Amino acid sequence: MPPPQKPIYGTLPDKAPGSFDGELLAFTEDLRSEGVAVGTSEILDAFEALRHVGWFDSQDFRETLAATIAKSPDDRRVFDLVFERFFFRAAEAQAVRLEVSEPQARAGEGGEVDLDELRRQIAQALQDGAESELRDLARLAIAAFGKGDGSGVLGVDVQRIRRALGLRTEPQPELPPGDPRRNGMPREQLRQFEQQLRRELERALIERTAALPPKRPLSELDRALSGGPVQDLAAVHRVVAQLKRRLATQGHEVRGRKRHAHVDMRATMRASLQTGGVPVELKYRPKRPRRPEIFVLCDVSTSVTSASTFFLSVLHALHDTFRKLRSFVFIERISEVTGVFERERDFRAAAAAVSRDAGVADVSGYTDYGRVWTEFLEMIEDELHPRSTVIVLGDARTNGRPPREEVFAAIAAKAGRTFWLNPEPRLYWNYGDSVIAAYAQYCQAFECWRTDQLEEFVKALTKPAAV
Amino acid sequence: MAEEPTSVQEVAAGLGSVGYLPGESTALVAFLAAKLGKPVLVEGPAGVGKTELAKALSRFLGRRLVRLQCYEGLDEAKALYEWNYRKQLLRIQAGASDGESSPRTNGWEAVQDDIFGEEFLLERPLMTAIASAEPVVLLIDEIDKTDQEFEAMLLELLSDFQISVPELGRIEARTHPVVLLTSNNTRELTEALKRRCLYLWLDYPDLEHELEIVRLHLPDLQESLARKLVEIVHQVRELDLKKPPSIAESIDWARALLLLGAEDIDATLFRETMSVIVKHRTDLDVVAERVGVKLEQAPAA
Repeated sequence: MPPPQKPIYGTLPDKAPGSFDGELLAFTEDLRSEGVAVGTSEILDAFEALRHVGWFDSQDFRETLAATIAKSPDDRRVFDLVFERFFFRAAEAQAVRLEVSEPQARAGEGGEVDLDELRRQIAQALQDGAESELRDLARLAIAAFGKGDGSGVLGVDVQRIRRALGLRTEPQPELPPGDPRRNGMPREQLRQFEQQLRRELERALIERTAALPPKRPLSELDRALSGGPVQDLAAVHRVVAQLKRRLATQGHEVRGRKRHAHVDMRATMRASLQTGGVPVELKYRPKRPRRPEIFVLCDVSTSVTSASTFFLSVLHALHDTFRKLRSFVFIERISEVTGVFERERDFRAAAAAVSRDAGVADVSGYTDYGRVWTEFLEMIEDELHPRSTVIVLGDARTNGRPPREEVFAAIAAKAGRTFWLNPEPRLYWNYGDSVIAAYAQYCQAFECWRTDQLEEFVKALTKPAAV
Repeated sequence: MAEEPTSVQEVAAGLGSVGYLPGESTALVAFLAAKLGKPVLVEGPAGVGKTELAKALSRFLGRRLVRLQCYEGLDEAKALYEWNYRKQLLRIQAGASDGESSPRTNGWEAVQDDIFGEEFLLERPLMTAIASAEPVVLLIDEIDKTDQEFEAMLLELLSDFQISVPELGRIEARTHPVVLLTSNNTRELTEALKRRCLYLWLDYPDLEHELEIVRLHLPDLQESLARKLVEIVHQVRELDLKKPPSIAESIDWARALLLLGAEDIDATLFRETMSVIVKHRTDLDVVAERVGVKLEQAPAA
């Protein structure tokens, strides 16, 4: 039985707004504009799949689209966000077009609502993680606390209502025992509730003005890891574990193309015995990935703390990928911390140990790059050789002190390769006291504040040395 | 069951009946795979039941499972087909001794046509799946372990279900296999491959779902004990471990507890048996410290 043929020239989809096909195409357009590569064949698949799956169940509908369109965890994350945004807007646009309005919840439901009781109920529901109730509760909360038409800025209104409800993540010991808010609310639940509040407020706003507000593109933060890089080190480690396994194949792949494989004579001869001494099958020597010797210099002054902890933790998790890894931290002076990170598995403890023992801050606590270069060169000069790699993590903000780029140039000349990772977005480079341009001429500078940028960098790092 | 499933619920129930409890999207994607005849790319952390899904599908659909385990350096000869050159050599030698009487040229032509026939073709998993008279379930396991060249070779197979053998011509699929590709996401697969597949991301199941799975495999285990066990496994997964416990390991652990006749999981029992779910020395320390201590405190509270 040949595979069933799809009708190639079917009817053209109806592109009118509000029609099913039109909306679906608009949705894929929206996805593309957010950087998800959706191919035409994938759209065809989606249509084909929807013929077999009931599209009136929103869960099934969403999963079907996701299975045919979003093909990596990253894409899936963006897909979910865009899905929410798009179909919310589509439904609202349709409602405006057909002039449907929701029954007003705020028109006093049989007298006064007990505000304290409502506060407690909402907190309880959040604590229990009753997701289905969240939306109703959000409406109630808006009805009770969102008096008037609001400030016009959704974010402000959301926060105002949250404060009125007394919902906080930190414990509130002044509340009576038994109150669900006493031990603080779970962060994730609270975030979801705020999202619901935002949606309901937006819905009400659209209803009042009978027009859709301009759509908000996804910010980089929305796409980035949930919770931010340093808050959840376990999440970082999961990313790193992934990275590590990717690196294991990465090195091979590049080397395979770049360099000839060497024939292993012994193994070839042995294999040829099977074929009466004719070497039918050639055996090759296995390729070994490059394991560079790395010196990491990491700024730990307050301006870049979060980024440096994150970065050091990543590098140490990658420890077995590299032959030799030595780390240094610096603010005004420099100090070696390789041992600390090898001993401590918990990076919170490690970070504390570093700031306690390293003694890198002298008086001011401001970074002094010039002095750091000089000290580093003195300490390590004899160990630098063309196969070593130096990585600097810092924002290159000298606080007005001399950058001493000639010393940095000397380090870069001694080492095989030098990289600079800047945790600031490229936009801010060379503004204010940032002197990254002075250093960038001697090394490769990367911006590095998201995990995908980090991955790009690690790829560059494991690639065979450039000419 | 021989014919195709007709609804998502049927697939979900069917998979459940052969000992695999699918999540929401798993049943849906499995259904679509059978319906659309598209390969499915299944990704997710190790030990969430990616391979198991293929096995369950083959049991449910009543089809044979053909499995290709990928590894670095896997090539066409091991995945598609290979000429059985020993047999070919024999054939040539046999032909040479027979053909003494007949003119040399004729013998050579006969041999030439003959040795590249199906008789001398060694079928490897992909060829087996394509050439099978009965429909099969083809599992291409850990596709991310191979190199990109191999992936490119799969494209022809996955979109058109055919294989080109230079000496024989094109071999087309007689039946339509259900194809599952699994990946641990150790490298980004090519866009071309992804475009031809449906995508399914399997993650660790939530508490209730995993509890159901454990109960399905070990119906003798007490409900309360099973719940506690799953709760602990979830706590352990939350930690920053080198290797978080998989579903199979929680089932193993449950089995161990059943064998020991345990009534309740307390700190000592946990310490003694936790090596079933945690298999790394540093992880053992971390888990003992975090979860073990919690268990000790629990009765006091």
